[in-house]
Amino acid sequence: MCETCGCTVTPGNAHLAHETTGRPGATVELLHDLLAANDQVALHNRAHFDEYGVLAINLMSSPGAGKTSLLEATIEALQGRYRIAVIEGDLETDNDAARIRAHGVPAVQITTGTACHLDAHLVHRALHDLALAGLDLLFIENVGNLVCPASFDLGQHRNVVLLCATEGDDKPAKYPVMFRAADLVVLSKADLLGVLEDFDPVRAAEALRALGRETPMIRTATRRVPSLDAWLAWLEHEVSARRTLTTRRASPGTATAAA
Amino acid sequence: MHELSVCQSLLDEVTKIATSQGAGAVARITLEIGPLSGVEPELLARAFEIARAGTCAARATLSLQVLEIMVRCTECGASSRALPNRLLCAACGGYRTRVLEGDELRLRAIELDAPAARSAARAERRESGG
Repeated sequence: MCETCGCTVTPGNAHLAHETTGRPGATVELLHDLLAANDQVALHNRAHFDEYGVLAINLMSSPGAGKTSLLEATIEALQGRYRIAVIEGDLETDNDAARIRAHGVPAVQITTGTACHLDAHLVHRALHDLALAGLDLLFIENVGNLVCPASFDLGQHRNVVLLCATEGDDKPAKYPVMFRAADLVVLSKADLLGVLEDFDPVRAAEALRALGRETPMIRTATRRVPSLDAWLAWLEHEVSARRTLTTRRASPGTATAAA
Repeated sequence: MHELSVCQSLLDEVTKIATSQGAGAVARITLEIGPLSGVEPELLARAFEIARAGTCAARATLSLQVLEIMVRCTECGASSRALPNRLLCAACGGYRTRVLEGDELRLRAIELDAPAARSAARAERRESGG
């Protein structure tokens, strides 16, 4: 894909702008974001998604909250309506990518080895193995972890964080950086709420609101009593909003990002 | 432990700046860290001990300035201090707030050591003279 753009990731020129001389003991005063290199590649990834009109969603949660199951159910429900692809992040194995491919959807597995999160570089590399043309939706399933993935922009348009009914309802208070990054919180395995009496959705919503965000929280279930309506409605809304934006950008008379 | 990744990215940046300044080594690196950055200062300091080996910052001191969280209420306009999981307005209790400070992960300053260019030139002179 990068034959068209050349993949010339600009290293960010700001850090070369200072003019002080390097005499011993001299202090160079700076104001650099430490993750600037990652953020540059994330911008580059986002430019690719926008070029192809693909909505990219970064899916995050603790391990076992049901990210892959939600994706499997989503693919089945949206079959014939949206063209979907998935990037899977795991420390080891391509089990999750195999599960996705079994539903007839392209999936690229990133195995991070010991790394506890995906970063923009890893996603960029995965994009070389994925044709974006013709896609509507790209899910990036991050490594199951409520800490590290929150600090790394991948180039996604939306962050979705799963909060599983089998977890504590105080997870947003325990992992504020992650839940603050969420554009949508999905209360997964919600069909278990009836038997898991310790989890109070109202308390979870309060903990989420205490983070100073009006993040919507919806419920999903994929097993005994499937329930995906709110999730599919949210996705539909986001896909059509992205399309409108892309069309407006590409329409004649407006400047396109040709740089 | 993503602090190691953050450290590597820090050292890349520091090396780039030290090279552009003609400095052979770095004596001190100052960072600003907000509690909402997702980076744990203590873990970052420990990761730095490992990651700095063999770089221009191998003998550098890492100085970490941990910032406070400040929010501004979009309802009543008040600014107040807040906790990472309680980003509410201290004046009216509202949750519609904006974080003014506290999510930073910034390289603030680098104190340079002897310039590499000059010591390289000295070494060259010694070589041609001897």
